[in-house]
Amino acid sequence: MKTYATQLKYAAVITGAFALAAPANADTLRLLTWGGYAPENVIEKFEAETGHTVEVTLSNNEEMIAKLRATGGGGFDLAQPSQDRIAGPQAEFGIYKPIDLSKIDESQFIPSMLMATKANTTVGDEIYGVPHVWGTSGLVLDTAKAGMVKDYTDLCAPEVSGNVSYRLRRPTLIGFAFAMGMDPFAAYGDEQAYTEMMEEVEAKLKDCKPNVKAYWSGGDELMNLLRSGEVVAAMAWDTGGWKLNDDNADITFVAPASGALGWIDTFVLPAKGRADDAAYDWINFVMQPEVSAMITDSVGNFTASQGADEYVSDALKAKYQASFPPEAVDNIKWYPPVPAGLEVIEGAVLDRVKAAN
Amino acid sequence: MQAAHRLGFVLLLTPLVLWLALLIIIPHIDMFFVSLRERVGVGEYETSLANYRTFLEEPLYLMTFARTAVMSVLATALTLLIGFPVAYYIAKIARGRVRSALFLLCLVPFWVSELVRTFGWMILLRETGVFSSLLQWAGLAQGPVEMLYNDAAIMVGLVYTSMLFMVVPLVTTLDSLDDAVIEAGYDLGGSGPSILREIVIPHAMPGIVSGSIVVFMLSLGNYLTPIMLGGKDSLWFTELIYSQFIVRFNWELGAVFGFMLLILSSVIVWGTLRLTGQTLEKTMG
Repeated sequence: MKTYATQLKYAAVITGAFALAAPANADTLRLLTWGGYAPENVIEKFEAETGHTVEVTLSNNEEMIAKLRATGGGGFDLAQPSQDRIAGPQAEFGIYKPIDLSKIDESQFIPSMLMATKANTTVGDEIYGVPHVWGTSGLVLDTAKAGMVKDYTDLCAPEVSGNVSYRLRRPTLIGFAFAMGMDPFAAYGDEQAYTEMMEEVEAKLKDCKPNVKAYWSGGDELMNLLRSGEVVAAMAWDTGGWKLNDDNADITFVAPASGALGWIDTFVLPAKGRADDAAYDWINFVMQPEVSAMITDSVGNFTASQGADEYVSDALKAKYQASFPPEAVDNIKWYPPVPAGLEVIEGAVLDRVKAAN
Repeated sequence: MQAAHRLGFVLLLTPLVLWLALLIIIPHIDMFFVSLRERVGVGEYETSLANYRTFLEEPLYLMTFARTAVMSVLATALTLLIGFPVAYYIAKIARGRVRSALFLLCLVPFWVSELVRTFGWMILLRETGVFSSLLQWAGLAQGPVEMLYNDAAIMVGLVYTSMLFMVVPLVTTLDSLDDAVIEAGYDLGGSGPSILREIVIPHAMPGIVSGSIVVFMLSLGNYLTPIMLGGKDSLWFTELIYSQFIVRFNWELGAVFGFMLLILSSVIVWGTLRLTGQTLEKTMG
């Protein structure tokens, strides 16, 4: 038996040598992720260390789910939707497979974040996600011209009329609901209450419409609007504000008074993924503190990797601390899992806001 | 001999049949079934017409539907109005190298992708853009002028994107008009406008209709231009389809929208053909 195994090993080594020295268990990892989460230098290091090759497809939450739904969970081996978008689509479409936690080095994760993600991505008795990158959305302001904006609802103030931009997406609805003194997360389970809440937000957003220059849809579009000075106050991601801060010291990210909205992007295994081992290798590889810091430098957001902060550049740390005093960190509103069906209610509201005059 | 002919015919027809069946007919049948599904609970569906009812009962959807149709028709008419003199000049007046150069000029914008072309318009029209700066420099405007994010910007984008598809069929049909016929018209005492009305336009009709059909379809199905150039009020039907499929996970309603768009374009094309007395064989052949 042993000789057989040895022979196999030799055979593998020889084949490997012929196949340009790739290890015998090399796989292709088809990764469905966000821009910046798999920077070139990390991929190179991973490929050199494990012999797997990585194919990256860039996407966003909705498109990831739509892509996986179209194929019943095929076409990719590892995906990275936000943690609130796992339980609902899994219950509805069955597009993921459970994570085998024994194959993951849990000690590399920040324990509280790992626990929270596990709890939020549990369907039945199975856990479907582990955390990777986290960040917040809030206000990106030109503090010289829009210093009076403290919360989402201030975007509707006359001082910034015509120079405001936000997205017509669910974070806007949630943010405005919080700023108006409501708690949409508490109403997630009650469709009736949630609908009423969204109707109030709808009225507010319709009133606010004359203030809006344009509803942005892509990050680059917003960057252009802010950089050119056409927009002075916007609802956007923290990293967007920090990036602009490099060019113009007046522009930065501000956590709104009602609390920034916190998201965690995860790792999930699509139901028909073919290279699970490569996927687990990737997760364990990128969660190493040094590698995580490389990803933070690329995307601007921090990761759930334990101890990675030490390796992150001081400039980014300083910006983070300026935007998030300790009380603002405690005030972050983390997205709970979205129950299936809420998108339809929100969708109708967003459509009506867009159509209003 | 007969059998060999038939084999050749079948072989030649196969790619077309496969193309139609795999890429058009089968997906549409599937979409039709999706559009008949109603979500009643988590992962549970029933067959019903509820989604069609949603479409008909929500004024917003109907309004967007009508708006998209009207604006596409308008874009087609504008393209024809601008494209006809251009095509006439290329086909009848320009000669030799000027002619090929002009034709090439119509083609040049299509060497870059639609996205880049649309971005080009954004650079020109935005508040801090080229036109606005130029107007201020010339003293024609006091402050920055915003020309982006309105329906006129969408219209400009649509006409620009579809110009080539109007000019090419027009040049082809106008080319086949014998110059002698026009001369004969003048000899018989016709004036410029009457010759245009009695001779040139009737002759160019197949080209006008086929160009209009293509431009109309392109405008109706355009996604990028209305999204990028349109303002906060701009609603385009394809945008609704995208958001139902991708953002809302509501494939059922998205499928209904897709079907409605198909029906709309078929009806309008059929109506145009009837109105102008053309047939599809004559315009496309």
